Amino acid sequence: MSLSRILNSKKIRFSAVFALFLIFVNYQTAVKAQADTSLGKAPDTILNVAEHEAGAEAAGHEAAHGADEKFDPTTVIMEHIADSHTWHLWGHTSIGLPVILYTDKGIESFSSSAFHHGEEAYEGKFYTYKLIEDKIFAVNASGAIDKEASAKVYDFSITKNILAIWISVALLIIIFSSVSSSYKKREGKAPKGLQSFIEPIILFVRDEIARPNIGYKYNKFMPLLLTLFFFIWINNLLGLIPLFPGGANVTGNIFMTFVLSFIVLVVVNLNGNKYYWKHILLPDVPWWLYPIMIPVEIIGVISKPFALMIRLYANISAGHIIVLSLIALIFIFKSIALAPVSVAFVLFMDVLELLVAFLQAFIFTMLTALFIGTAVDEHHH
Amino acid sequence: MDKLFEGLLNHHIGFVVWSTLAFVILFVLLRALAWKPILGAIHERERHIESALQAAENAKAEMARLTSENESLLKEARAERDLILKEAKELREKMIAESRATAQAEGAKMIEKARIEIEGQKAAALAEVKNQVSSLSIEIAEKILRSEFADQSKQEALVSDLLKEVKLN
Repeated sequence: MSLSRILNSKKIRFSAVFALFLIFVNYQTAVKAQADTSLGKAPDTILNVAEHEAGAEAAGHEAAHGADEKFDPTTVIMEHIADSHTWHLWGHTSIGLPVILYTDKGIESFSSSAFHHGEEAYEGKFYTYKLIEDKIFAVNASGAIDKEASAKVYDFSITKNILAIWISVALLIIIFSSVSSSYKKREGKAPKGLQSFIEPIILFVRDEIARPNIGYKYNKFMPLLLTLFFFIWINNLLGLIPLFPGGANVTGNIFMTFVLSFIVLVVVNLNGNKYYWKHILLPDVPWWLYPIMIPVEIIGVISKPFALMIRLYANISAGHIIVLSLIALIFIFKSIALAPVSVAFVLFMDVLELLVAFLQAFIFTMLTALFIGTAVDEHHH
Repeated sequence: MDKLFEGLLNHHIGFVVWSTLAFVILFVLLRALAWKPILGAIHERERHIESALQAAENAKAEMARLTSENESLLKEARAERDLILKEAKELREKMIAESRATAQAEGAKMIEKARIEIEGQKAAALAEVKNQVSSLSIEIAEKILRSEFADQSKQEALVSDLLKEVKLN
């Protein structure tokens, strides 16, 4: 078959590039090892890499701070994909985002630049705060975490991801209100410009996602499905851009995917009809199986959106981690010669991520439509 | 496990609240600003296209119907024309025949009349001729008699002859 031939040729090409890459890596490490031993030093770098790969968790923040010249890829990558109280732009320039704290004594807010990247504690109105691993803790006079006080501090800060969400929300509103106005201007005519780019996607969501999965009641759920689809998609795409307006890992944040899937959970169960609830509470099994079946069905209700949450989070985070790891190779081996290989792989990954960005938005929306479809299905089964 | 979830609410409740708020606002705004008008417009356009296609289909059917109607009308007209022509022909033939018959009768009548006239004229002419002949013969006879009886003696001889013939009974 022609398909398998293409697959084969791609595999061959991929493995050729990969082999080249491995040769390069081996050569580099060999050279490095020779140089290191000739200087009478232990091969620090390689050991470090091995150590970090073996125990990524263990080689945490402290290690990175302990040896300031040593490069710790795990910390760097985790910092990049995690939410932050500052938005790093370039070099030492970063935007201090507003910190809003809800404490048992009241609300207080200040700029996160007061923390000086976590190096200094900030004395607020009620407690003294310190940024540890980009999380705000209340500290006591000696600078140690005050656990009791920390438990009373709730962080409502406008973090990097929140700002990124606002940017994407603003972008979506600008894009779609302009598209909508062009529908009003060119009523009944063929689409044009941005409209002709957006319309097939809207039709795709309607004809390939909503209609086949929900059935004739699809119209009611179209706004939610479209909002979910475009929100996830634009955030996936913005996450791929390394520079300022993008770069925040919004859809790779498990709390974001939690919010989205929780909304799906609520919508699905609020729209569930009597057949849906009968299927859960009175399944078609002998009565003595109910003690097993009902908990299983209830777990099913929760696990469906849970799978949505994990799937989106894991896919997007994994993509970011791979890209960052490939870039980190340059710093691990401290060689600019590795850059072309790294960049080539990153380019490949980015193109793949473009596809994944669309695919994950599609899958999330499609499964949402499917769950809604099972909840509103009229047929008894 | 406890360690994993420690401070979860403290550090992440804000993100959950803000992102939920942002998504809900986005949903409400986009539903009002974009999805309803866009989906409405798309639906309207699709309906329009569908109805236009339907109208075209209808027009085609109507066209076909009209064509077939025309054809049948034409056929009918042709048949009617043929009928009219046939009738006209028949009428003509009848008229010709009729007029011929009338002419013949008229001719016969005229001939008869002429014959009677001729007959009358002939009789009159014959009567004239008879009269002429009789008067001529009388004249001739007179003239002969005159010349015969110019001499007195002859007259007396004749009378005596005649008297002799007439014997008194």
